[in-house]
Amino acid sequence: MRLSEVVRALGLGVRAAGPGLESEVSGGYVSDLMSDVIANAEAGDLWLTVQIHANIVAVAAMKELAGIVLVGSREPEAETLRKAGEKQVTVLASSLPAFELAGRLYQLGLRGRERHAAGGV
Amino acid sequence: MPPGVCSVDLHVHTCLSPCADNGMVPTLIVERALAAGLQAIGVCDHNSAGNVAAVREAAGGLPLRVLGGMEITTSEEAHILALFDELEGLRLLEHRVQAGLEGLNDPEAWGDQILVDARDQPVGIEERLLSGASALSAEATVREIQALGGLAIASHVDRPAFSLAEQLGFVPPELPLDALELSFHFRGARAAFLAFGFPLVSFSDAHFPEDIGRSRTAFRVAEPSVTELRRALRAGQGVR
Repeated sequence: MRLSEVVRALGLGVRAAGPGLESEVSGGYVSDLMSDVIANAEAGDLWLTVQIHANIVAVAAMKELAGIVLVGSREPEAETLRKAGEKQVTVLASSLPAFELAGRLYQLGLRGRERHAAGGV
Repeated sequence: MPPGVCSVDLHVHTCLSPCADNGMVPTLIVERALAAGLQAIGVCDHNSAGNVAAVREAAGGLPLRVLGGMEITTSEEAHILALFDELEGLRLLEHRVQAGLEGLNDPEAWGDQILVDARDQPVGIEERLLSGASALSAEATVREIQALGGLAIASHVDRPAFSLAEQLGFVPPELPLDALELSFHFRGARAAFLAFGFPLVSFSDAHFPEDIGRSRTAFRVAEPSVTELRRALRAGQGVR
């Protein structure tokens, strides 16, 4: 599924458009611990989080995620947007909490992958 | 400043921290700390004490005490400062912390992690990802610091990211912390943080040379050692 379709279907706010919204979303991941995302998210995942710190951009760039969605009406810090522009990372925003937003993504047909938990987080 | 009062900034990063300026090199840190009128600094890079000895050496013979330390990322992604008088305890702690670090640094994403000598010359690149989390919980981290004779201070508890108060919802009252750090950015009422029941301090969390000393705490102590600072904190000194 194209990122632009997800944005349109769920009314997501675009805070940083990264390389444009035409990239392909292949899965989803929800976590607020960056170490957990580093260990367990996969390239192409759309990442739902409450974290707004600039480190989320570094994590998304490193893992080649499709984008970050800030949930629960959270807005990115200025430094986060600056880094997102620099690293071409997409930052989106939703007023929905993570649970509801993940449910709607699932309804759109997006799936996570069953993963072997990589440790205790 | 009356004699016996020491102005200290125990939260200073070096060029080893990926998020810190590459200009945070030993001689400049020492020069800037002296110019800022500090009697002691703490060198606290993320999850590594790799540049501590270099900064101590750079301060050799100068009126600046350098405490060796680390800013540890616990498994809950809370930051805790560990500060030591002697390097043996710090080395043991560093070993425990780094045993749980995962992944390699991507300098493009996170920044450079440069090991230097006392004359600011690069001597190596740290390849592990120092921005990651250790496998130690906050509880285990603080108890380990105390067991090794260090000072345990929860970093920037007023900030939204990597704060113990934020990651755990509150500061567990039974945690044997020596103090809570308020950040340079803090402007509000201290009562909410004093209510956690720990002494408060304020340090710079310097990532750039000009940050050093922008927040500091004054202690009435014979010398700014870990032992003396702990005694002063227990006696009620710190930020009010």
